[in-house]
Amino acid sequence: MELSVINDDHVEILLSDLLEQYGYDFTGYSRASLKRRIIRLYSLDRAVSFAEFRYKINNDNLYFKRFVEQITVNVTEMFRDPGFFKTLRDVVLPKLGTYPFIRIWLAGCSTGEEAYSISIILNELNLLHKSLIYATDLNPIVLEKAAQGMFGMNYMKQYSENYILSGGLKDFSSYYTANYSLAKFNDELKSKIIFSTHNLVSDYSFNEFQLILCRNVLIYFDRELQQKVLNLFDESLEDLGYLALGTKETISFSGISDKYKRLNSEKIWRKIQ
Amino acid sequence: MMKKCEAFIIGGSAGSLDVLLKVLPLISVKIKFPIVIVIHRKHGADSLLPELLSSKTELTVKEVEEKELLVAGTIYIAPSDYHLLIEQDRTFSLDYSEKINYSRPAIDATFQTAAEVYKDKLACLLLSGSNSDGVSGLSSVKLWGGVALIQDPSTAQVAYMPAQAQANVKIDAVLSIEAIAEFINLLP
Repeated sequence: MELSVINDDHVEILLSDLLEQYGYDFTGYSRASLKRRIIRLYSLDRAVSFAEFRYKINNDNLYFKRFVEQITVNVTEMFRDPGFFKTLRDVVLPKLGTYPFIRIWLAGCSTGEEAYSISIILNELNLLHKSLIYATDLNPIVLEKAAQGMFGMNYMKQYSENYILSGGLKDFSSYYTANYSLAKFNDELKSKIIFSTHNLVSDYSFNEFQLILCRNVLIYFDRELQQKVLNLFDESLEDLGYLALGTKETISFSGISDKYKRLNSEKIWRKIQ
Repeated sequence: MMKKCEAFIIGGSAGSLDVLLKVLPLISVKIKFPIVIVIHRKHGADSLLPELLSSKTELTVKEVEEKELLVAGTIYIAPSDYHLLIEQDRTFSLDYSEKINYSRPAIDATFQTAAEVYKDKLACLLLSGSNSDGVSGLSSVKLWGGVALIQDPSTAQVAYMPAQAQANVKIDAVLSIEAIAEFINLLP
């Protein structure tokens, strides 16, 4: 039976290996999701035994990279939750447009779909020229994909619908050229995006931002790690800056919540002190 | 058949909402375990499902918040477009990974993670539906010693899902719509 090939002890062994061997700390991740991802990879790669699986992770650097890529969730979309992107377009970004320079941190950017979405909105608001988007992820493999700016043509219908619902003004297809099965997004859109590795668990603040987005990342962390990461965001956010989280995420349990005021219905908070 | 029930999970797809609307009013407010409902629904604007179900029972009905502790006597609804998982410390967690059986939430994901947590103190019920989500989850429930239940396929608007479970898993009880609430109310 699939579920018994990797048990809870195995998961803990692998996590402590990753920490000791590679310095990657996943011990603050919620276990149920992590375990499912590990079991999925174990069957996908037809591992023969736990011992062999573990040996390969610890001794084969390429396989270790695959392991990290596969146990983290990299599912994302352009303009996912259109109402959220509409609030960015109508409320948050126009406010930031009054600044001489806009610095945005997109933490946990995965394969880049949200980075390009934000870039498109900035472009339409005529703010892209004075903006910089730092798009970070712990995982170098997804960042390589993100930097290419190519997404499956089969997603374009959905993304175009999302874009229109989020208040998009143009013909969505004007932003990419079709290249067989891939849509290659215009280079102008990534001219203001810096893709870089950053691990929310172990790395520090690296700049001050007016907008930090981290959507559907905290759900994979336990409460303690969520608190730690929210502190990191708080340190990295200017006064009156905005913090945006995923639909089911919140700061209300955390020590920073007193300093923030939530905007209407979306999961966006403004730092008020 | 169970010594003690510590969680009751209901999975359903097409045709399951009507069943819930009939069953919920009949569930006793004295139940000593949480009920978790995972049904496939369209991802979109704020769903009215929690309000709708809430209007049918005196029990507290709420959409799950991530990291929330499962509490007896509460009915939890899985949020749309996330997989709903249960952790060893009996809290919920959410997961936005790939769809499973074309579904997110996938009933399998909730059944499987709950099976390992609650073991022989878990009962899972699969209702009407048109795909096979939940079937492999029910196998896990059995594997870990829990109780696997299905809506009687002959009473289901769409029989495929419970029928698939019946064909592939050793089901403990096949329940008509009328029998579901009675079964739940009698659990220790």
